Amino acid sequence: MKAAQHWGIQRLTAILLIPLSYWFIAFLQLCLHANFFEIKAWLTSPVNQIALGTWFVVVCYHAAIGLQVVLEDYVSNRDKQLTAIWGVNVFFAGLALSALVFLFQN
Amino acid sequence: MSHDRPISPHLQIYRLPLTGLISISHRITGVLLAFGLIGAVFMLAQIQSGMLAYLQMQNLLHTLLMQLILSCFIYALMFHFCHGVRHLIWDAGQSFSRETLTRFALIELSLSLLLTLLTLMVLL
Repeated sequence: MKAAQHWGIQRLTAILLIPLSYWFIAFLQLCLHANFFEIKAWLTSPVNQIALGTWFVVVCYHAAIGLQVVLEDYVSNRDKQLTAIWGVNVFFAGLALSALVFLFQN
Repeated sequence: MSHDRPISPHLQIYRLPLTGLISISHRITGVLLAFGLIGAVFMLAQIQSGMLAYLQMQNLLHTLLMQLILSCFIYALMFHFCHGVRHLIWDAGQSFSRETLTRFALIELSLSLLLTLLTLMVLL
């Protein structure tokens, strides 16, 4: 990925996360106080399902590109750096994918 | 070799300005929040596993330790959010002057604290 593209996607995901994080806070609130049927009903309503799913995908992408910058700054050995970035990308892609599977399997 | 030579202000002895401290905190909170995502996906997994697993998770979330950890994560999120918006303002080419730097830093810190308190009032 070109550096300018990387920069742009970091900002784009940041802006998207501002409204989407509302759904994550709402999800947390339910996890703390709602009973099983209430949270199931909330999670299966299409708007919540799509918004929370989008939040998980965007936030995982944002985390992966953020961690990439951190690794580029602090891991000086180029081979180790590339391996670590690869590992981070695979890990967060897997995390986003499993979130989607949990959200949409029913 | 003489040890009373002047030392250049490298990172360990240079007192960072407030904006510098906030900048490194932005990174640290970002890394922490990234790890927190594992917990968020774990919560989804517990809900999918059924009622018993969900109740176990809910009990765990109500322990004092977890409420403390959760509060720290909310603060990290709000701090990262506020400084993130600050970065977006910088990206728009605004507010680089020396006087606004510390003023914005103080606004960010107070706003993140306020947002944390409001969120925790709803959450806990």
